[in-house]
Amino acid sequence: MGFLLLVLIFIATFPIYARSYDIRVLTLILIYVVLAVSWAMFSGTTGYMSLAPAAFVGLGVYTIALLQETLPFPVIIVIGGLISFVFALLVGLVTLRLRGIYFTIFTFGLVVFLTELVQFLETRIFRSHGWNIIPIDDATLLYTMLVLVVVTVLVIYFIQRSRYGLALLSIGGNEEAAEHMGINTTMTKVLYFAVSSMFMGAAGVVLAPNLVYINTNIAFSLFYSFMPILMAIFGGMAHLSGPIVGAVIFGYLERTLRTQLFSYFMLGFGIILVAIILFLPNGIIGLVPTLQSKLGGLMANSGKGKQGEQHANT
Amino acid sequence: MPILEGQGVTKLFGGLAAVSNVDFRVEQGEILGLIGPNGAGKTTLFNLISAAFPTSSGEIRFNGQRISGLKPHQICRMGVGRTFQETKVFSNMPVLQNVLTGAFFGTPTRVSGADAIGEAAKALEFVGLSAMSATAINDLTLVNQKRVEVARALATKPELLLLDELMAGLNPTEVGEAMELVTKIRDTGITIFMVEHVMKAIMGICERIIVLHHGEKIAEGKPKEIASNKQVIEVYLGEGAHAGS
Repeated sequence: MGFLLLVLIFIATFPIYARSYDIRVLTLILIYVVLAVSWAMFSGTTGYMSLAPAAFVGLGVYTIALLQETLPFPVIIVIGGLISFVFALLVGLVTLRLRGIYFTIFTFGLVVFLTELVQFLETRIFRSHGWNIIPIDDATLLYTMLVLVVVTVLVIYFIQRSRYGLALLSIGGNEEAAEHMGINTTMTKVLYFAVSSMFMGAAGVVLAPNLVYINTNIAFSLFYSFMPILMAIFGGMAHLSGPIVGAVIFGYLERTLRTQLFSYFMLGFGIILVAIILFLPNGIIGLVPTLQSKLGGLMANSGKGKQGEQHANT
Repeated sequence: MPILEGQGVTKLFGGLAAVSNVDFRVEQGEILGLIGPNGAGKTTLFNLISAAFPTSSGEIRFNGQRISGLKPHQICRMGVGRTFQETKVFSNMPVLQNVLTGAFFGTPTRVSGADAIGEAAKALEFVGLSAMSATAINDLTLVNQKRVEVARALATKPELLLLDELMAGLNPTEVGEAMELVTKIRDTGITIFMVEHVMKAIMGICERIIVLHHGEKIAEGKPKEIASNKQVIEVYLGEGAHAGS
């Protein structure tokens, strides 16, 4: 708890002394946190690997592009989230019957389809191929994003601790058995896919002002689909903190590597990811129990005692 | 009124009738066995009752109410629990959480968190696995994973329990313990319908037995009658007698 408070104070006071660029980097990192945590909440537990985050981020970006002159910013965030929620409900009802790789491919296709559809519509209706987003000052964006992160993480924390978190996990464990234990698997999948998409859509709205100019290729960039997945795997998905840690480290690395290596930064990324998958299959947070038991072995017997108990049981 | 009743139950896979026009009745409080050679349609019949597959034709009634056409989770909540031939435990959670899923979702009314944990602990104690509630499910032996499946089904508070080859792959001591467990479950008032290959177990604890062959019911009766039924001996016990003992 104390640690969390420190983090909050750090973010809250950041705009007082930091450069504008750094504030934007921190805002982007917080956006990644929301994307990674919401992706892991659904895909990490159920095993339904969604490549759709970009679709919902894009919907959020376009929501603010269209509404920025008519509605206040916080209202647009809520609307962006709701649009993504409803859209994900519809998509989920159609696609969540698909299992394994078919679901993944469909969600990938969804991003491509939405990109084309939105481009077609904006050309037809608005005769334009892109939009300028009215800038919002860095501190406001950061604080808005901080609120969104806190809401997202709290909601997902309570979902995962609730019976519905258990239902999502059981779908990942064995969907057929889950159905026979009284779990309405279709309803559970569709609803929580929509909840996870809602946060992604809201994050898309906050992302937009820093992009300054957007078009369909920027808003629906598949980058926003792959990043949350990489971050969640990198951080580890066994615990809520995994995707958060992954998003913070990866988001920071992305920005630094991008400025130093330019377009080669993906290469550095790739190497790090391969190394993680090879050596840390449970992600960064997978290291914690290992470290604990090693330290515990050196210092005290508390760690050992627990292990001994477990062995006695098996 | 029988607790479970099927009339003309049929399942076609393409042109093949996996279950063909089967009538059956499960009486309240009995242990009913379902036997037959491999591919006879035993597990398919269980899958039709629990709605893993839709029936092609025919009707299944639970407590007089038609259940064909319902979804698996609805049938579970009405009071039909089941286990699986190939164990289907939730490999991504510890033992207690496996059983908790049944306690939380398997009953028609909403259960509070504390009550669900209580029910799950009770079910685990019933099958003798209390000491392992925090253990990772993959660290359990096959026999214990099967017991977790039984506990998980019991946590849904079933009136009828479908046990699909509970004893397959167990050694003789474990089979004996499993037979005791099944009798103990029945003594709590739960009706049992079980598919089994282990003849000793079937003959020892079932009050009645139904025999399937090529998807059709070829015999039904008390264990003694089944053991002396010529057709059954021909299709099943002839080869099963060697394999089973």
